[in-house]
Amino acid sequence: MGFGQLPYDVAHVLGGAMLLVSFVLLYQRRIAALVNALALQGCLLAAAAVWQGYVQGAPQLYVTGLIALAAKGIAIPVFLHRMMRSRMPDRAVEPVGSIGLCMLGGVLLVALAILVVLPATTGARALAREDLAIALSIVLLGLLTMITRRSALGQVAGLMTLENGLVLGAVGVAGMPLVIELSTAGLVLVIIVIAGFFARLLRERFDSLDTDMLHPHRGEGQ
Amino acid sequence: MMLVAFGSLITQLLHVALMLAAAPVIVGAVRWLKARLMGRRGPHPLQPWRDLLKLLRKRPVLAETASVVSRVAPYLALGATTLAAALVPSFAQGMWLAPLADLVLIGGLLALARVALALNGHDAGTPFGGMGAAREMTFAVFAEPALLVCVMVFAVLAGGSNLDAIGAALRDGALGLRVSLLFAGLALVAVMLAENARIPVDNPATHLELTMVHEAMLLEASGRHLAVWEMQAALKLTLWFALLAAIFLPFGTAPAGSGPLAWAAGLGLWGLKMGLLALGLAFFESAIAKMRVFRVPDFLGGALLLALLAAALIFVSTGLA
Amino acid sequence: MLTLLGLCFLALLGLAVWGGSGRAPRAMFLGCAACMAGLGLVGGAALTGLGLPATPLPIGPPWAPSLIAVDALSGWFLLILALVGLPAALFAAASPAPPRAEGAAFPLFLAGMAGVLVAADGFSMLLGFEAMSLASWGLIAARHPRGPGRRTARLYLGFAIFSGLCLIAGFALLAPAGLSFAAIRAAPPEGWRAGVVLMLVLLGAGSKMGLAPFHVWLPLAHPAAATPASALMSGAMVKVALYVMLRMLLDLSGPAQPLWWGLPLVAAGAATALIGGLRANLEQDIKAALACSTLENMGLMVIGIGLALVFRGADLRPLAALALAAVLLHALNHAGFKALLFLCAGAVASLAGSRDPDRLGGLIHRMPWVAGCALLGAASAAALPPFSGFASEWLLLQSLIQGWRVAEMSVQLLAAATLAVAGMAIGLAAAAMVRFAGLVFLGRPRTPMAAGARDATGLMRAALLVPAVASAALAILAAPVLALGGGAIAVLLGPNARAPVAGFDLALGEVGARYAPWAVAGLLALATVLILLAVKNRSKHEPVRGPAWDCGFLPPPAHLPFGDPLSQVSAAGLGQPIRRSLGAVALTLSERHGAAPPGSPQPATLRVEAEDRGFSHVLQPLRRLRQALSREAEALRNLTLRAYLSISFGTLVLLLALVAWLERE
Repeated sequence: MGFGQLPYDVAHVLGGAMLLVSFVLLYQRRIAALVNALALQGCLLAAAAVWQGYVQGAPQLYVTGLIALAAKGIAIPVFLHRMMRSRMPDRAVEPVGSIGLCMLGGVLLVALAILVVLPATTGARALAREDLAIALSIVLLGLLTMITRRSALGQVAGLMTLENGLVLGAVGVAGMPLVIELSTAGLVLVIIVIAGFFARLLRERFDSLDTDMLHPHRGEGQ
Repeated sequence: MMLVAFGSLITQLLHVALMLAAAPVIVGAVRWLKARLMGRRGPHPLQPWRDLLKLLRKRPVLAETASVVSRVAPYLALGATTLAAALVPSFAQGMWLAPLADLVLIGGLLALARVALALNGHDAGTPFGGMGAAREMTFAVFAEPALLVCVMVFAVLAGGSNLDAIGAALRDGALGLRVSLLFAGLALVAVMLAENARIPVDNPATHLELTMVHEAMLLEASGRHLAVWEMQAALKLTLWFALLAAIFLPFGTAPAGSGPLAWAAGLGLWGLKMGLLALGLAFFESAIAKMRVFRVPDFLGGALLLALLAAALIFVSTGLA
Repeated sequence: MLTLLGLCFLALLGLAVWGGSGRAPRAMFLGCAACMAGLGLVGGAALTGLGLPATPLPIGPPWAPSLIAVDALSGWFLLILALVGLPAALFAAASPAPPRAEGAAFPLFLAGMAGVLVAADGFSMLLGFEAMSLASWGLIAARHPRGPGRRTARLYLGFAIFSGLCLIAGFALLAPAGLSFAAIRAAPPEGWRAGVVLMLVLLGAGSKMGLAPFHVWLPLAHPAAATPASALMSGAMVKVALYVMLRMLLDLSGPAQPLWWGLPLVAAGAATALIGGLRANLEQDIKAALACSTLENMGLMVIGIGLALVFRGADLRPLAALALAAVLLHALNHAGFKALLFLCAGAVASLAGSRDPDRLGGLIHRMPWVAGCALLGAASAAALPPFSGFASEWLLLQSLIQGWRVAEMSVQLLAAATLAVAGMAIGLAAAAMVRFAGLVFLGRPRTPMAAGARDATGLMRAALLVPAVASAALAILAAPVLALGGGAIAVLLGPNARAPVAGFDLALGEVGARYAPWAVAGLLALATVLILLAVKNRSKHEPVRGPAWDCGFLPPPAHLPFGDPLSQVSAAGLGQPIRRSLGAVALTLSERHGAAPPGSPQPATLRVEAEDRGFSHVLQPLRRLRQALSREAEALRNLTLRAYLSISFGTLVLLLALVAWLERE
């Protein structure tokens, strides 16, 4: 299977688009746009999983895709948006260090991923090799996002990117067992982190984990 | 043999005439579409042509301190842009100048036009002209490497940097969809926006000198000189549209050595592609805001990094094949 | 052939004595120009196949006679030397009489450079190299008896000695069998010896041509000399260093060197090109800006040499020939336009009274000849088609674009990154040239001196026209000239290598890319003229003159035609976008803005201080190291007699052990 064949091309372009969104996550400063990019990456991951399920004839990948779409593409972004609107109206822009340096570091990481993956996977199919390189790049970019961001939401974005990269790598390999379990476990991890973030945000704001404290603030948005 | 050479000469001449005639119309179409998207009626798409003809009838006024540069630079810039436009295929491939249609040369000819424009900005000795020239040349520092790395990506696919060969290789479709082409395409679009002084890099409709880049260099141009500069800008936009179409939307272009019927089909499709690109540009410009001048290097640096990423990925896929 | 060469050398030595006497300097410089023409003839003859085989001279070191030879490579560089030397000598003849030391050093400088180019053994080459270095130091020191100029001369001397030492060590490693080039070629270095030779050549020849991180002296030293000497240093001396690098790395070290040899050259060249292009946009002095542009061009040429080594190591001979052709053609083109630009800057400095662009402006009205020549040179240096710089940079960019044909992915990635850096450097060069031409020649004069400047006349105009005509001819005839230099490529890559030329076009054989300078120039002229006629046909009004829109400032009074200079863009202001977006790559910057208080008519001020990182990261650590070493040496003076004896004894034993180890091989 190589270039010019539809299954390969579509999988390849979906992976590449996810990589592109990882770069957007790396440099985007406005938090609303950051969450939108996360949603986009989740949807792309879902599409990639469904496409792989169709190509490999593996129905369990449809489940993975559905989970990704429902949780990462819709539920988590909607939740984050709602939380942002109600809790942090003044944190719409997050300071990031030198964008140029971040981006340069990102490109170097991609080059590193390519140079690592290709010699290590000689003998595998071209599709798997290149997709693995892209998946590893997304994982590394997620880590880079986590270390360059200061706010908790930035960390969540980095972690979700990382996890998306892992799932992308897993769905690309034909016959990989436990893909659903893997993606679910990753999802649970992300949700725990978001819950932790939410709890920390509450404590920062109100010095308490007691949600009753929230009631007097309910009208804040209006 | 003789017939093929004759056909290529005819396509070349038709192509140049088409580019020159279409350039103001495409600018007008972008303006009209943009106005429509913003809920205004907008001027007729032929309005730029009418403006040009009106400007030609007016007596030009030169600054007292202007030198011969102000009188020569517009024609030189338009000449260089026309030559570059003659090299970018529109409705047919295998034109008479196709062997010369090297992407690096096209970049060089656009640089010549840019330098002529910058020197024109300096010539009157006014503050805004110099400021615009400095900004224009700075943007080019970031745009040129992005363009060159994109050329390298295409050269890996087609063997060389000849635009005609690249178009033919991509039209055959054996290369498939590629992530590297997606990235290179985004980088080229960013370069196109910067080269043509469009939003978010520059605002073509601005009246505030401090935010100007392209217009600041033309503040002292009037009459036929201004008409030539306007035509040059329009032709450059058309050239970039045609370039994007020739590389990323190559289908339907009449192959080398084909007859008038294929030309007509190619012409119709080319008009469609130009319309699509104009719609895309109008939509994009309506959706986003202009950047601060000092964020533009970040924007173009991002384009450069995308191009480098495209190159890295294309090395991977050719290394595997 | 030999006679002409010998005559030229003897004449140059005689002229040095004459110049030292200080009598009739004009005739002396005209004599230098004649010698340069003679050497150019020798070079041209060598390119057409009438070279000089290795010939022993009656003089030389005690162990062997000196050898001289002129092959195609020497011939090509002799042509470059003549292209710069002839107009520089003419310009010197048109200038006021120089100090006597300069009169003596000028012919010696020329003779030293020519000596390097015709040498056929290591000793003669090093002798010529040292003569060139010392004479050029004399040219700087003669103009600066004290002050910062003297410090610059000392810095330059330090770097010259460093590069000389590195080259001596390099030849010592190359020549276990003998110093003649034939003996070295018969036994090329291998293994660690080859690696050390590469490093020494990179340090020795590289620091002479300003390769990063040893570039800090060049933008200081080149403009410090008189204009003709600056032109020679920037146009020819760096090319001599390039020749030494080509000769030692590609010819003497043999064809069997591995692929990685080219990688340090590519990296160092890319860094130099970027730093040079950047600094050319930030210098206040026009000659210093031109010297920085030399750095940029040398960086591009070293990228080309590195690519040639990479392609040769990967067994891609046609591409190696392409990269080398780019290097050779660019060396020639750069010699032409850089000599032209330096001489124009010199003419501006002497006729308009300043080298600071903030004191110039609008000179195109007063000095049309100089302005025309400078615009031609600037267009060539900015790599605009169809001018001369574009042809060679097109070849270089094509060879970088073809870098993906090397099968190793790390090399491919490096080629892509280098392509981006080279493109950036070329863009920076264009910006620097627009800045130079725009500030000095366009706009309004900024001082009365600039408003009253005179145009160059007589011999000075001739000195400008020689490189201008040569640059214009090189622009159109790039391909035939390069075909002439095919012999030089064959010297370096073997007899089967040929220049990438097809008729009057530059063409890459199997790849299909093609650049036809004559066609581009012709079509461009045709298009421009047709547009001009068509527009004029519809628009018949003659233009009228009116005041320019000056942002609300009043027009200047008629008796002060240079007007209100503060409303025109300044050199620092023009460099600001590049300084803010890229400056930190090469410079430590500090900007101080002084805004006037509200209501005050005082102008706002902007002070920019910049220091090259080469100073803070290379020179200052070296200085600290030297101080630490001298402290150590001081401590040695307080030892006892027994300690001295044991040190001497230990050294002796170590040296004996070294000899024993070396003889083991």
